[in-house]
Amino acid sequence: MADETSPGIPAPEGEADIIDTEYEIGQDNIEGKVGPFGFDIHNPVFVISGLVVVAFVAYALIAPQQASDFFGWLRPALTSSFDWFFLLSANVFVIFCLFLIVSPWGSVRLGGAEATPDYGYAGWFAMLFAAGMGIGLMFFGVLEPAYYFATPWGDAPLGTVRPFTEDGQLIEANVEEARRMALAATSYHWALHPWAIYAVVALALALFSYNKGLPLSIRSAFYPILGERVWGWWGHIIDTVAVFATLFGLATSLGFGAQQANAGMNYIYGIPNNVTVQVILIIAITAVALVSVLRGLDGGVKRLSEINMILAFLLLLFVLFAAGAGTILSEFVAGLGAYAREVVPLSNPFGREDLGYMQGWTAFYWAWWISWSPFVGMFIARVSRGRTVREFITCVLIIPSIVCILWMAVFGGSAISDMIANPQTSAVKANVIDTYSPELSLFAMLESLPLAAITSTLGIILVIVFFVTSSDSGSLVIDTITAGGKVDAPVTQRVFWCTFEGLVAIALLIGGGLTALQAMVISTGLPFTIILLLICWAIVRGLIAEKRA
Amino acid sequence: MFKKIMTPVDLAHVGTLEKTLQCAADLSTHFKAPVVYVAVTSPQPGKIAHTPQEFAQKLEAFAKEQGEKHGIETGSHAMTSHDPTIDLDPTLLKAVEETGSDLVVMATHPPNFSDYIWPSNGGYVAEHSKVSVLLVR
Repeated sequence: MADETSPGIPAPEGEADIIDTEYEIGQDNIEGKVGPFGFDIHNPVFVISGLVVVAFVAYALIAPQQASDFFGWLRPALTSSFDWFFLLSANVFVIFCLFLIVSPWGSVRLGGAEATPDYGYAGWFAMLFAAGMGIGLMFFGVLEPAYYFATPWGDAPLGTVRPFTEDGQLIEANVEEARRMALAATSYHWALHPWAIYAVVALALALFSYNKGLPLSIRSAFYPILGERVWGWWGHIIDTVAVFATLFGLATSLGFGAQQANAGMNYIYGIPNNVTVQVILIIAITAVALVSVLRGLDGGVKRLSEINMILAFLLLLFVLFAAGAGTILSEFVAGLGAYAREVVPLSNPFGREDLGYMQGWTAFYWAWWISWSPFVGMFIARVSRGRTVREFITCVLIIPSIVCILWMAVFGGSAISDMIANPQTSAVKANVIDTYSPELSLFAMLESLPLAAITSTLGIILVIVFFVTSSDSGSLVIDTITAGGKVDAPVTQRVFWCTFEGLVAIALLIGGGLTALQAMVISTGLPFTIILLLICWAIVRGLIAEKRA
Repeated sequence: MFKKIMTPVDLAHVGTLEKTLQCAADLSTHFKAPVVYVAVTSPQPGKIAHTPQEFAQKLEAFAKEQGEKHGIETGSHAMTSHDPTIDLDPTLLKAVEETGSDLVVMATHPPNFSDYIWPSNGGYVAEHSKVSVLLVR
């Protein structure tokens, strides 16, 4: 009987290069019980992360002015002093990923030479988007193209021509060029560069976990650099900073997201726009996220991501046809062309005169994507076992980039068309240019199309569900890191982190401090950029030792 | 009366399973039914093993050791789950079918407050399994 086959196990995993380390996963963990609830946490990452988060929340609540002055200064100071560094590093990540696709290492399989993928394409893509970007597409899909198209404040991408005179008259001759540049400049922020940032982190974690046998935790990517020291304080610091950035990144977005959803509800249904409604929204989002993490990765997170993708796709199709499929599709092709033509000048940090765009938007975005990369990268790694490096990068880099360019062309293109058709009465122009109300831009665009009441409701639902999918995947990531890379820690811990995130968001929303702490999270983008560059090197070191197909 | 006994084990906490393992072995001797040890792992490296394959080997070794210790016929059946924290119960139910067992002997803790929120694994399996389940406290 001892030789009974085990159909539950994937086929033999084939050759892989397990790193020989003395460290045993979970060796630093404390297991125990508080009352009836079990716990299994990493010592000291869990406790330090929790305490540091509480300390920063307390600081923002006790000295709100000081916190907001300091971080309000720090974030722009970093993105404008180090703009060149952010831009160059992001270029490095894109080139590195493209190189891996064509290099012989592209055939290395994550999980060993004979591993099979854990998830099919549909569920996998849905989870990639829902964790990393979905909410941004909802918020910026209209705002950014519309803003670049018409901004009169001198921060037009590459200083391109303006389509409106100062008193709002259309300048026909400039329209085409302004429109083309608006789509190219938006796509630049949502296509190859952000996904390359995520892909680098995700690839490193997947490689060092599935092929090298190290725990699924950020510190594992540093093994080639730090050696056995990653299990000591170096590793504790890396993991704690990752937890910290993830938790505050999620909590502050949750706070802002509640404000945005509330503003949208106010705009459409006249529901009062106040803190009470926003707190209720946060509680509702956290509650649904809690149900999702309690249903698990397959039954909750994956299913919700799929539902979300279907809804987003329906909204995309609607806007596509309502705004005229022919023009928008040609816009998509034009957008792709514009992106291809402008991506090099846009990503060159030297000799630029459009500092408003380069520092205020591009460097800000890069810092932001990078500060989110531990979370999104780790989640992508968790669901990507069994793919080859080539397949992994193609699917994490190229396909999402195309989808994002399509999304921006449809939503942004439709908004720009509205601004051109009705320069005086366009709701998009009123909410993006005349008065800057970014949270209303999506709803203003939907208003210009038929069935606005239905599509705006769908828009609000999507905003909320995308928050849920970020929140549940984030809680899973934080839970895994603070359990020392264990993915089977007691369920109580997930409940703790998910609830904690909601509570932090509520505290910051009521007490003020969302802006300050979000600025702080984005500031972590700078140290993480250095870390990511090191990770690229670690990936190469790791891949060299692997068997190629 | 029983043809095959399935015993879920947590390889990280074998020390706490002594009573259950003894019970399964005694029943095995009595009914002359082999014991199949089942354990669930995630695809990620864990405390026990770096890969699901290594995990299966360790479980097999454990089964062999139990067989020699108790003088019974044993087997092993390793299962993988994307999210063992949540999916342990349905995975165990699937294992009952896959192994063709007609009796489950498993450890469980005495009921407490948390069972009102999340039933214990043993409680869930006993409630949903089609075959007989013996819970050892």
